[in-house]
Amino acid sequence: MKKVLSVLLVVMLAASLFACGPVEKEDITANPITKDDIKVGVIHIGDPADGAGYSYAHDQGIVGMQKNLSLKDSQIVRKNNVNDSDAAATKTAIEECIEDGCNIIFGTSWGYMETMQELAKEYPNVIFSHGTGYMSDGNNFNNYFGRIYQARYLAGIAAGLKTKSNKIGYVAAWGSDNAEVTGGLDAFAKGIAAVNPDAEVYVKTTDSWFDLAKEGDVAQALIDLGCDVIGQHCDTTAPQLKANAANVWGCGYNTDMTTAAPNAHLTAPIWNWDVYYTSAVQAAIDGKWVEFGNYFGGLKEGFVDISPLTANCAEGTADIIAAVRALIVSGEFEVFDGKQIQVAEDGTVSVVDEALKDNKGNEIVAAGGDCLSDSTITGAINWYYENVVEK
Amino acid sequence: MNTIINFFFAAVRSGTPLLFGTTGEILTQKSGSLNLGVEGLMYMGAFAGFFVAYKTGNLLLALLGAFLFGVLGALVYAFLTVTLQANQNVTGLALTIFGTGVAQMLGFWMIQSNDGLKPIVNDSMMRQISDSGIPYLRDIPVIGKMFFSYNVLVYLALIIAVLVWFYLNKTRAGLNVCAVGENPAAADASGLAINRIKYVNIMIGGGICGLGGAYISLINGIGNWDNNCVSGQGWISVALVIFAAWNPAKAILGSLLFGAFTALQIRAADFAAEFSFLSFMTKIPSAVYQMLPFVITAVILIISSIRQKKEGNQPAACGINYYREER
Repeated sequence: MKKVLSVLLVVMLAASLFACGPVEKEDITANPITKDDIKVGVIHIGDPADGAGYSYAHDQGIVGMQKNLSLKDSQIVRKNNVNDSDAAATKTAIEECIEDGCNIIFGTSWGYMETMQELAKEYPNVIFSHGTGYMSDGNNFNNYFGRIYQARYLAGIAAGLKTKSNKIGYVAAWGSDNAEVTGGLDAFAKGIAAVNPDAEVYVKTTDSWFDLAKEGDVAQALIDLGCDVIGQHCDTTAPQLKANAANVWGCGYNTDMTTAAPNAHLTAPIWNWDVYYTSAVQAAIDGKWVEFGNYFGGLKEGFVDISPLTANCAEGTADIIAAVRALIVSGEFEVFDGKQIQVAEDGTVSVVDEALKDNKGNEIVAAGGDCLSDSTITGAINWYYENVVEK
Repeated sequence: MNTIINFFFAAVRSGTPLLFGTTGEILTQKSGSLNLGVEGLMYMGAFAGFFVAYKTGNLLLALLGAFLFGVLGALVYAFLTVTLQANQNVTGLALTIFGTGVAQMLGFWMIQSNDGLKPIVNDSMMRQISDSGIPYLRDIPVIGKMFFSYNVLVYLALIIAVLVWFYLNKTRAGLNVCAVGENPAAADASGLAINRIKYVNIMIGGGICGLGGAYISLINGIGNWDNNCVSGQGWISVALVIFAAWNPAKAILGSLLFGAFTALQIRAADFAAEFSFLSFMTKIPSAVYQMLPFVITAVILIISSIRQKKEGNQPAACGINYYREER
């Protein structure tokens, strides 16, 4: 009798081991979970405390998502100042999030991409969502980014209408080998060309995403070259502060930089990251992550935009930008296609066929041709638009 | 022509924090102490200068705060090396780590107490740190822009460098400092108060380094606090001491040259565009300009060691603690 009982108990134990083993953590990529069980990890390259710029903009998106879904503070785990070229630090930060119980992790910078892909395999029950890159696995690792180039095109219109010297400076974080920076600059330059065919765009690089002193020095060097509007693709407000001090104008980036440079700022291409973070976390809660897939929102979704035009803008800017915005939202004009916006004397805005050319005279898209593919836009724009001059 | 004037202007602005650091370190080394903590002292000055500027909006108080915080950091160094006879190299390195940590910790606290936003100085402070220059003189063509249109701190750095040069070379007290740095035993025998001289010069030197930090956080940072603002400029200052052959007057030229290389990283293409014979400059990677100051420092070290001239060498007792009973 004792023997039978002990065998029975052993079988029961073994069975319970099998039953419980794989279900220690629910696979949230396919199963809905309650709102209380979701825990969000965020890996920032900088510090949201910057008060403006890239990490701040992302964090505002996280804060917005938290509000929209009414999550508790304890359901958000932030890892700040995680160097995106340091794979070991990235891995540690993400694993700390997982240990803390996070089941969805957002990596906000390009360099986290490969580490996240690796960890997605190791932790199949955790959702990995990577911003600005191009990798995904169709399962628990997706990619999100936005058509910020659409907003940059609109900012270019404001800059092109404002310049008097017909020289517009651009403080770029990286050179032409970085498609994100270069594509954004090309869109800005094409926007300028639409309203001001005589203007040239001077670009200098800082070789860093975040460097107050160097971004300021580069902006000053551009102003010294005669530029009277300073655009930027870098994270601090320094270029706008320099423009303000030198009595020229500027277009910021990431967040509205008008408070930093009230006399200079025209408008800034901005991100509304909360649009993505809210829908992504909602998809995870609903158990619809796999269907959710990759995300590449634009003006239409309200994911990117420009900050409100300031009084520094030239007369008529608002009307032209509103008309162009409508054309982009409707899909009639897609920036990287064989078309260009034309503004008539009386201010009517229309779309005309025009080849997309780089500054070496090569034709990228023939007149009337289709827009470049999304993967080309995010990963393979390594040429400068025809009015761009490297300085 | 404008390219050259603007380049000169940018070089002076980039070189000024180095001039503060170098002048402070020359004074320290002349009194026989090798303080490798310039980076840390600059960080401390950077924080204190910024914090006072941010809270009071008064540049004079901000500079005073930066100077005093630098003095405080140097006092730690002086107490450890002069009174407790600790190893100077190790203490200096520790001071670098300590000063950086203190500034970043307090900087973090400053951000936290500002609702998590990075603090920015107010408009009146922005005007005080702007490149307003000297009225009337700044309007002179060419010369006005090159010499009379800087912010106040640039002129302060120049005045301090000249004063330190005068002090070390033309006054009795300065001569005493040099004696302590060259041969403390002899100086002691002649009745000089070695420890007092060391303490005073280490502390004043530290204060001058602190002013360099304030320049970095206020001028380079355009009134925006950044926890990593100094980022190595203290170390460049230490290299510049060797370059300047322990002479504050030469440090003025040296910091201008080092500043010029910083400016060249950004402006090399402007020269290439303006002067066709310089078109090769666009092909040089900017990292080369970053490296050049150190290459030149190494070359100068080699040359001076070959020449074996007594003048322009490191003070003989620099780096060695003086302990009277060991004689």
